[in-house]
Amino acid sequence: MTKTKIAKAAKVDANAKVDANAKVDANAKVDAKQEMMAFNGDEAVAYAVKQSDVDVVAAYPITPQTIIVEKYSEYVANGEVLTEFICTESEHSAMAACIAASATGARTFTASASAGLALMHEMLFVASGCRTPIVMAVANRALSAPLNINGDQSDSMAQRDAGWIHIYVENAQEAYDTILQAFRIAEHVDVQLPVIVGLDGFIVSHTLENVDVLLDDAVKAFVGERILPNVVTHEGKTVPFKLDPDNPMTMGPIALPNYYFEFKRQQEEAMKNALKVIQQVHDEYAKVTGRSYGNALIEAYKLDDAEIAVVCVGSAAGTAKDVVDELRSEGVKAGLLRLRTFRPFPADEVKNSLQNVKAVAVMDKSMSFGGNGGAVLHEVRHAMYDATARPLIVDYIYGLGGRDTNPKDIKKVFNDLHTIAHNNRIGKLVNYVGLRE
Amino acid sequence: MTTQEWKFTAKDIALKPDIFLPGHRACAGCGPANVLRMVMKATRGPTIVTEATGCMEVVSSIYPYTSWSVPWLHTAFETAAANASGIEAALKILKKKGKVKQDHVDVIAFAGDGGTYDIGIQALSGAVERGHDFLFILYDNEGYMNTGIQRSGGTPMGAATTTTPAGTVMLGKLQHKKPITDIMVAHEMEYVATATPYYWRDMLQKVRKGLEVEGPAFLHIFAPCPRGWRSDPAKTIEYTKLAVESCVFPVYEVVKGKYELSTPSKLIALAPQKKKPVTEYLKGQGRYRHLFTPQGKHVVDEIQRWTDDRWAKLQKKVEQTA
Repeated sequence: MTKTKIAKAAKVDANAKVDANAKVDANAKVDAKQEMMAFNGDEAVAYAVKQSDVDVVAAYPITPQTIIVEKYSEYVANGEVLTEFICTESEHSAMAACIAASATGARTFTASASAGLALMHEMLFVASGCRTPIVMAVANRALSAPLNINGDQSDSMAQRDAGWIHIYVENAQEAYDTILQAFRIAEHVDVQLPVIVGLDGFIVSHTLENVDVLLDDAVKAFVGERILPNVVTHEGKTVPFKLDPDNPMTMGPIALPNYYFEFKRQQEEAMKNALKVIQQVHDEYAKVTGRSYGNALIEAYKLDDAEIAVVCVGSAAGTAKDVVDELRSEGVKAGLLRLRTFRPFPADEVKNSLQNVKAVAVMDKSMSFGGNGGAVLHEVRHAMYDATARPLIVDYIYGLGGRDTNPKDIKKVFNDLHTIAHNNRIGKLVNYVGLRE
Repeated sequence: MTTQEWKFTAKDIALKPDIFLPGHRACAGCGPANVLRMVMKATRGPTIVTEATGCMEVVSSIYPYTSWSVPWLHTAFETAAANASGIEAALKILKKKGKVKQDHVDVIAFAGDGGTYDIGIQALSGAVERGHDFLFILYDNEGYMNTGIQRSGGTPMGAATTTTPAGTVMLGKLQHKKPITDIMVAHEMEYVATATPYYWRDMLQKVRKGLEVEGPAFLHIFAPCPRGWRSDPAKTIEYTKLAVESCVFPVYEVVKGKYELSTPSKLIALAPQKKKPVTEYLKGQGRYRHLFTPQGKHVVDEIQRWTDDRWAKLQKKVEQTA
């Protein structure tokens, strides 16, 4: 084997110009007219995918994401979309087919949850390692055993180190908006990573809401066509990164200890880039629609002067905002931080927004057994280590297996925080909401 | 295009540039590497290859080198057929949208016996049921050779592997080979065939036929592993002849459900006295060494009985579907 056979398949040529035809024109005038639809979260996702000119959808049914693939199947059956829909025989094959389709140059989408996402686990690493910008909606659901079809975030939290971008939404409107943004983020030349959009099972996936949607042309202008970054092939040619018989490329090779590490380092760099890109895309979308979600990474609610605050991910933020409002009306300086982007983790934003708070309760809708708290606690506490002033931080595990968490429960958490702030010490680090013990 | 027009002469094959390039890290006498090199000579135009994890994937794609002069994708062990589904679906829709230039691109999925009989069978079955247009080629070296010679569903009875060692109470693998070709025929696919590299023209013609099918096609190729079989690397191709002559591995085609023996096996059916005993094939392979002992005799007898039974059943299927 000669040196001429070197395949730099994974090296992106930073100087190579991106195909102008595939470029999204950020300055194009977009008709911001919107229509109001009655959608549940799943339907909102399916509608956003429909408008995004997705080439290949490969998926397998699982509650509570099934409505997404059912709805999309209707669009396919009625000729409303130009998409190859592969109804695979498992989620594992769904993700493999998505990776292969994406590697062939197709814009690719799938949806899953719970056991389905767990079955995909192996392939999630392959998707991010192959730099295939797949978008996946995850209708967050508990994992077996015991079997449970209801909502919690154990499924996607268990995939946090698989190299995917994770964005969690609060409601159906945000689910629609975020799917449109997700294609732009995933396919951005500086990112080229797959994206999970998490929506809480049933609470968001199955709850009917009013959702404002853009007209098809406006979405087309915003999302644009898939951008393929240029790479240098083993023949020394600079070509778009895809499986193309005219420009042969070896994708998904074996890399030994002499190269593997560099591949992983590049993924970390892409994650760093994603922090900026997620915000850019969100801001651009906000200009078009008038809708924004904090700074895209976090949403701080009445946090500026807050003495006690709750941190949560997903739909619980809606309930928590009501509780904050109520407490504020009573003169309590309560606030909320919603983590919208969980990967890449916005450590600086979290640190800056919480470092003047006295006591913080992190809400975890999943468990890390034996880990002294859930995944969100670990991340938040880690981010606060470098803060100039560190708040007292406690964890509240809530809502596992779909257990309802109501305003009264969250009010109790704030009451606890009040005591913690007053005593200047925490009781138990890990606490449980609404649990029989 | 008829078989005659393909003109797979030795000269044609020699003159056609290699697609599976030299410099890969396969062992001396590797059956699968020979098979891949020859199979790729039978391709008919733009082709995308996807491979399951396994020997051939590992020896041909060690970054930053590659032995593939066509686009090639590997994702995981059990995913060759699922990958092919995704590639085919993407090509189809991107062609419709004017984003693929080629009139047609063939998709070939390669997997070893582990990636076909065992971990990959679900994805294969699903992809065939969905009717994707691709050729799945099983290179069968009868074990997990890449991980150090463990038994698979494709390992034959009596063979010693590292997970079915020849011990004092167990004499190699206790079970017969899974009838993978029958399983694929049961999918009612248009084209299923078996081949060995000794009968190389027959093998290449089957590759071409499989590619020409509009829909899924399955080709089972016998590919010895000298390391795993503890056999002489110089005799790799010879074993693929003996396997046919002893009817351990008959070569045949099943076209739209109709069974037909290919010439080498047909000649044995016509002149049964030419059929060699399985011992002719087994002897010399270190993996069967322990069977050539008084206590191993009953295993050899069982291998012979099973081989005869399978061969009789195959001939019956040929008659029944004629």
